[in-house]
Amino acid sequence: MLVISTLGWFVAGTCLNAQQEGNVTQAELNSGARIFMSTCSACHGPDGNQVGGVDLKGGHFAHAATDEQLARVIQNGIPGTGMPPNNVTRGNLVALIAYLHAMRDFDTRKVALGDAEKGRAVFNGKGGCLNCHRVNGTGSYMALDLSAIGSDFSPSALQDAVLDPASTDFPQNRFIRATTHSGAVIKGRRLNEDTLTVQIVEANGRLVSLTKADLKEYSVEKGSLMPSFKDKLTDSELADLIAYLVSLQGTEPTRPRSGASQ
Amino acid sequence: MKLRRFTLLTVAGLVLASLKAQVTDEHLLNAGQEPQNWLTYSGTYSSQRYSTLDQITPTNVKNLEMQWVFQADSLQKMEATPIVVDGVMYVTEAPNNVVALDARTGRVFWTYRYEVSPQVRLCCGRVNRGLAILGNTLFMGTLDGHLIALDATNGRVVWNVEVADPKLGYSITEAPLVVKGKVIVGPAGGEYGIRGFIAAYDVATGKQLWKFYTVPAPGEAGHDTWAGNSWEHGSAGTWNTGSFDPELNTIYWGIGNPGPDWNPDTRAGDNLYSCSVVALDADSGKLKWYFQFSPHDTHDWDSTDIPVLADMNWNGSRRRVILWANRNGFFYVLDRATGKFLLGKPFVHETWAMGLDKNGRPIPAPNSLPTVEGVKIYPGMQGGTNWYSPSWSPRTGMFYISAWKDYSSVFSKLPNDYIAGRSYFGGATRSTVPPIRRGAINNWTDAGGHGAVIAIDPHTGKQKWAFNMYDVTDSGILTTASNVLFTGSREGYFWALDAETGKPLWHATTGGQISSAPVTYLVDGKQYVAISANHAVFAFALR
Repeated sequence: MLVISTLGWFVAGTCLNAQQEGNVTQAELNSGARIFMSTCSACHGPDGNQVGGVDLKGGHFAHAATDEQLARVIQNGIPGTGMPPNNVTRGNLVALIAYLHAMRDFDTRKVALGDAEKGRAVFNGKGGCLNCHRVNGTGSYMALDLSAIGSDFSPSALQDAVLDPASTDFPQNRFIRATTHSGAVIKGRRLNEDTLTVQIVEANGRLVSLTKADLKEYSVEKGSLMPSFKDKLTDSELADLIAYLVSLQGTEPTRPRSGASQ
Repeated sequence: MKLRRFTLLTVAGLVLASLKAQVTDEHLLNAGQEPQNWLTYSGTYSSQRYSTLDQITPTNVKNLEMQWVFQADSLQKMEATPIVVDGVMYVTEAPNNVVALDARTGRVFWTYRYEVSPQVRLCCGRVNRGLAILGNTLFMGTLDGHLIALDATNGRVVWNVEVADPKLGYSITEAPLVVKGKVIVGPAGGEYGIRGFIAAYDVATGKQLWKFYTVPAPGEAGHDTWAGNSWEHGSAGTWNTGSFDPELNTIYWGIGNPGPDWNPDTRAGDNLYSCSVVALDADSGKLKWYFQFSPHDTHDWDSTDIPVLADMNWNGSRRRVILWANRNGFFYVLDRATGKFLLGKPFVHETWAMGLDKNGRPIPAPNSLPTVEGVKIYPGMQGGTNWYSPSWSPRTGMFYISAWKDYSSVFSKLPNDYIAGRSYFGGATRSTVPPIRRGAINNWTDAGGHGAVIAIDPHTGKQKWAFNMYDVTDSGILTTASNVLFTGSREGYFWALDAETGKPLWHATTGGQISSAPVTYLVDGKQYVAISANHAVFAFALR
């Protein structure tokens, strides 16, 4: 049976419930992060999302609903899958599981959170964010859909993205510009690329697949096209905006994910 | 009714008769002279993956069309190279099933299903790279450390022996090699602190005939290259198939990384025979010589690359050499009679060595060891190349490698005590490129490196041409006497390139990651090329 935990934690009232008790120290989290990097990241990836059906950062564990189950999976592996038994002592398990729960917010600093409703007004109005982004069916397809951004990124990462977009730029969100032999210019955000073709989404939401041999010019933007909002928002507007982004938790109900845990 | 039964029996008898494979030692020794078949993992004992078939040419390759697809039951990826004997293809699907199918139509004769123990510990997926054959018996290593002999006519088990204990992290992923009535095989498990070995088993009974440990015990030569008790869990797996020179009666096998991978603090010394090639007497398994590519490795650069044996003119005289593209980013030429180093040159950007000395030993660059904070090194953890089979074409005189170019990882080390059956990494690596691809989407790798097929002149170590891909590649290479080079890619393209120039001639979209090497064979006078992609096998021939 596939059991999925949500962003909340189902803690089994044992010595592993340190996180729920709120007594996890930064040192313990640091230790958990080191254990994660040495034991888990080779397969799960640094963000915990390289194994199909499992998103450690997002709290989606394919075979564990409680911390006790998580501990057993880590120590004993999952028979019939690529998940092996791991060399983590009972003491280190507390730190590792605390880190798994805190991955999203790990290594972040506290930022001011204001009023989410006011933040929505900044987002839709002065910020002009919907000119590029999309939230719950409204806005442009040009940049990332932010409907669930609050569950994927910590408040401080969101603030970094608003004030210094270059610092949180990802290679998977590059914009491309292509010119066909007939002179037509096509621009969009890259979704997928291989040696012969590239798949993009245009600002109007049209999905386009280009064959590179048909292009006269093809270039990929090196950095992010997002403007910085530093000095463009007051401190309270910024705090409101971040609160709004944090409130964007997606509309899909949590459901078991398909895919082998391998 | 009676008549009908008789007819059925007769038909069944005819089918079985045409199925029965009789692969003798002579066939294996002369596999290159029967290009209609593909008799070993690497095609021949020299592992050149060069076929004398020449129906498919650079001119007509554009007329290739798909003949059949075989879809495996398992949805896990195939890494196997099929073997083909007289029109019957034998291939493994994950985790350890074996399928016999008609190489002309892809229709299945039989399937053998093996239940893998839940006790397995695997670093890198439930994969298997194929089979060996002698007489009418197939041989397969299993993920839970067994070696199994199967009747090639019906897939029934002839014998099944345990090679090593899966609970301690031993597993077998490689295709065995049959040499002179012995099945040669060795384990993976370099991330679990195993003690690696290569062992030979009697083809008729499965009885072990010799065993060569890749980490020397106290009192054995080379033991002093391991500090303290570190040899006990020194790893040095042997997870990719070796090669054989019948005239020298020598087996060549690549040896994996020392353990723990990224924290060398407990294992001061060269850590023999990790990251080496060993030359073993085929009858006794005794070590003749070794050459260590990466002494005291700290980057997980297994030397489990394929030993490619070639004979060529070297400075005016005929020389038996090994061509070796190593995961550490250097290309080597060794004398295979003596192990003498002849040439070594980097084939990708590398920052860990300042070069090789006159004996081929690397001169370490400053700051190339993993640190607690992490240090960025080229090539990255997966190496400049890896287990992907290269090819040597005696016709073009070029050596072809699947390479990861401009690719790096950040290596960091951590304390890691050994606990039996648990992971024993001693650190971590980070890279922009996912080590194992996670799906159909790729929008990463222009920032983190890319794949390529590169052609090297073995006399200079210099690149003659490169065919660059957008994504990295885990596919092996095949070349033919008509100068066509076949290879796959993570992107799922099956490519035909001009072996002289690297120019792309043809491609097919398989729709899944290719993590195997192509083969070519002949049925009813028609040349086929086949490759597995994700969990299916595709066969092509001229229309």
